[in-house]
Amino acid sequence: MVAQRLSLGLLTLFVVSLIIFLGVELLPGDLAEAILGQAATPETVAAFRKELRLDLPAHERYIEWLLGILQGDLGRSLANQREISELIGTRLWNTLFLASMAAVIAVPLSLILGLLAALYRNSFYDRAVNVVTLSSISFPEFFVAYILILFLAVDNQVFPSLSNVSADLSLWERAYRCALPAFTLTLVVVAHMMRMTRAAIINLLASPYIEMANLKGMSRSRIIMHHALPNALSPIINVVVLNLAYLVVGVVVVEVVFVYPGVGQLFVDSVVKRDIPVVQACCLVFAATYILLNLTADILSIVSNPRLLHPR
Amino acid sequence: MNKLGDLERLLRAGHIDRRQFLAGAAALGVGAAAAGTLAGQALAATPKRGGKLRLGIGHGSTTDSLDPATFENGYMALLNFAINNHIAEINSEGELVPEVAASWEASDDAKTWYFKVRQGVEFHNGKTVDADDIVASVNHHRGADSKSAAKPLLEQVVDIKADGKDTVVVELSGGNADFPFVIGDYHVAILPSKDGKVDAMSGVGTGGYILESFEPGVRASFKRNPNYFKAGAAHFDEVEMLSVTDVAARTNALITGEIDTMDRVDIKTLALMKRNENIKIAETTGTAHYTIPMRTDQGPFDNNHVRMALKHALDREALLQTVLRGHGAVGNDHPISTSNRYHASDLEQRTYDPDKAKFHLKKAGLTELTVPLHAADAAFAGAVDAAVLYREHAADANINIEVVREPNDGYWSNVWMNKPWCMCYWGGRPTEDWMFSTAYAEGASWNDTFWKHERFNKLLVEARAELNEAKRRDMYGEMQLILRDEGGVVVPLFNNYVFAMSKKVQHGTLQGNWDMDGTKCIERWWFA
Repeated sequence: MVAQRLSLGLLTLFVVSLIIFLGVELLPGDLAEAILGQAATPETVAAFRKELRLDLPAHERYIEWLLGILQGDLGRSLANQREISELIGTRLWNTLFLASMAAVIAVPLSLILGLLAALYRNSFYDRAVNVVTLSSISFPEFFVAYILILFLAVDNQVFPSLSNVSADLSLWERAYRCALPAFTLTLVVVAHMMRMTRAAIINLLASPYIEMANLKGMSRSRIIMHHALPNALSPIINVVVLNLAYLVVGVVVVEVVFVYPGVGQLFVDSVVKRDIPVVQACCLVFAATYILLNLTADILSIVSNPRLLHPR
Repeated sequence: MNKLGDLERLLRAGHIDRRQFLAGAAALGVGAAAAGTLAGQALAATPKRGGKLRLGIGHGSTTDSLDPATFENGYMALLNFAINNHIAEINSEGELVPEVAASWEASDDAKTWYFKVRQGVEFHNGKTVDADDIVASVNHHRGADSKSAAKPLLEQVVDIKADGKDTVVVELSGGNADFPFVIGDYHVAILPSKDGKVDAMSGVGTGGYILESFEPGVRASFKRNPNYFKAGAAHFDEVEMLSVTDVAARTNALITGEIDTMDRVDIKTLALMKRNENIKIAETTGTAHYTIPMRTDQGPFDNNHVRMALKHALDREALLQTVLRGHGAVGNDHPISTSNRYHASDLEQRTYDPDKAKFHLKKAGLTELTVPLHAADAAFAGAVDAAVLYREHAADANINIEVVREPNDGYWSNVWMNKPWCMCYWGGRPTEDWMFSTAYAEGASWNDTFWKHERFNKLLVEARAELNEAKRRDMYGEMQLILRDEGGVVVPLFNNYVFAMSKKVQHGTLQGNWDMDGTKCIERWWFA
């Protein structure tokens, strides 16, 4: 079962790489033109293309690249000849750090908020938390980011407005500089997870066995923690994982606003300059992240559900 | 008061400190407040060593590389001037002066140039600069395989060779009195060579700062070069350049003190920034300008009366106030700015005149005209708005401009020089000849108006080799007139460079040939 899922994942990766390659091929212009910009003359473009082997037909370049990947070689950036693995490495680590930091704040926070909202359904608290989280998710990310910068960096200088991180920072210093983007991401993902938790639990509260527990005279919190929550885990895990994947691959705007050196900026720059190997490598990383997280979600759903864990 | 002057000199030279100066001034009967101001002025005007300059730059991409042949954005230009030197530079007085060269001279026909290499200039790796390095550095931008943006400039070079260790001889295909400007182009950085080839990616140069780390699109850090050959330059101990492409992020970083200076200020928020007393705004007028080139090889733009009608149908003053909010100057349909040496200031400024536009339309045998204008903000920020404004102005002259909005992506390959009429920008060039031969000479690869004018092209060749100042001025004046009245380009605006810095950053006279003090702020500025 797991082997089948894994091979399906690899197939998906392959298809993604193909789609991306074709997509980039269809874009107007190529790296030589994109880099030289207005300064391009036909001769310099031709010379640049030859140096980058862009004069070869598309399928040859694709196969060459694919064979490289199979040998663990991501290739070099066309634009500045740097090793892609090295280029992506530090940035992926930065992105993962930011995503984990946001997750560490957002996941427990939204679970607690969601549980409490289910517990005190239709109370003032329930309405308030819904309004606040839905508002924060309804604003564009950059707006949320600017509001945070205005209050926490410009008016009160609590956190830096630029997340200027580098490899030699201590964990604490790094976390301090990442605070504002992490808060932004938290505000962006909390509503989704919180409302899913709330809905899943409220849904279960209408089931007969909960009614039974109620009739037995159990306390409301005990019913939710011991009877409802374990059965609501599967949908909650799914939505949490979906948001985790978003934290890794969907944070380009936040990275731009806080000048955070993550994969998103690398990806955008490379698309703009048609640096195809880097675009492909980024896409593979993104696709792999989604596939891996979905796999994790499936497995966790199975583990959390005895009926799936011990099929008859 | 002479005694006070002596005190000031001592203070500037660092022989006495501020407190001693104040004591001395008090002894001379100068009030404490006045003396304090004097001391502040004296200290601020004197470049002081030390500190770490942090810049937030609105350019920079993860695809940047250290190869000077690929330098194309403001970030790499600043980095280039921090780590590299060139054969010549434009100093803060706007004059061309030798840099890695010690001096130069030309033959009488300006076809052969001799550059003397400055003695004792060292690369960051300890190698001394000799003539071979210069030859290899120039050759990096020449030849069939070169991808350099400077390649078209150096096409006039027939041969370049070293004559001994300290002389470089350059043979040109035709006379060019401005050749030191050309070879001083910022792409042609002097790099260390080995067997006639330069290592373009090493980041080793002769500049005032040594590159310590470089993460394309993120940051670069430098430390001062202790063996820098220039006196009175490179005052900071350390420099850090951040690529902050989002203008709001850049502004916030300056306001919160995370950076000391930023380029490309958002003019829309300039008034708000000025309220902050820790920040000062600087502005220079250079050669950068916006253009609206028409393809003169295609109808209806092959008719000069149509072109004249369009040139008269634009309210430049209104455009200046809306698109640039006054931070620039109106153009006169030629690319030579007031900061160029041979700007024709006696040429009458073209103004908005719908009646004249109608007159020219009639001459062209038309009562009304409908033309598409292709625009995208890739050309310049506000290009689409400018096109829409143009449409409003031109409507009064029975001209119907259809604004076609194009995507930013692929603008330079699909729209510019392909569509008959579009928006464009030029960074400008330091010399008239360079600008004209790049974009207006017949057959030039960036002649985006596809313009051919016999007299203009003849003057261009003659003026290039003319060593007599007055004659050259006349020739370039006439060329500007021809271009204004017969050329295929509308030049509505020259845009200023606007940048901002914290109050503690000091500078001398700002040079406007490029953004950020001629892109040399790292070498020229200092902390108070």
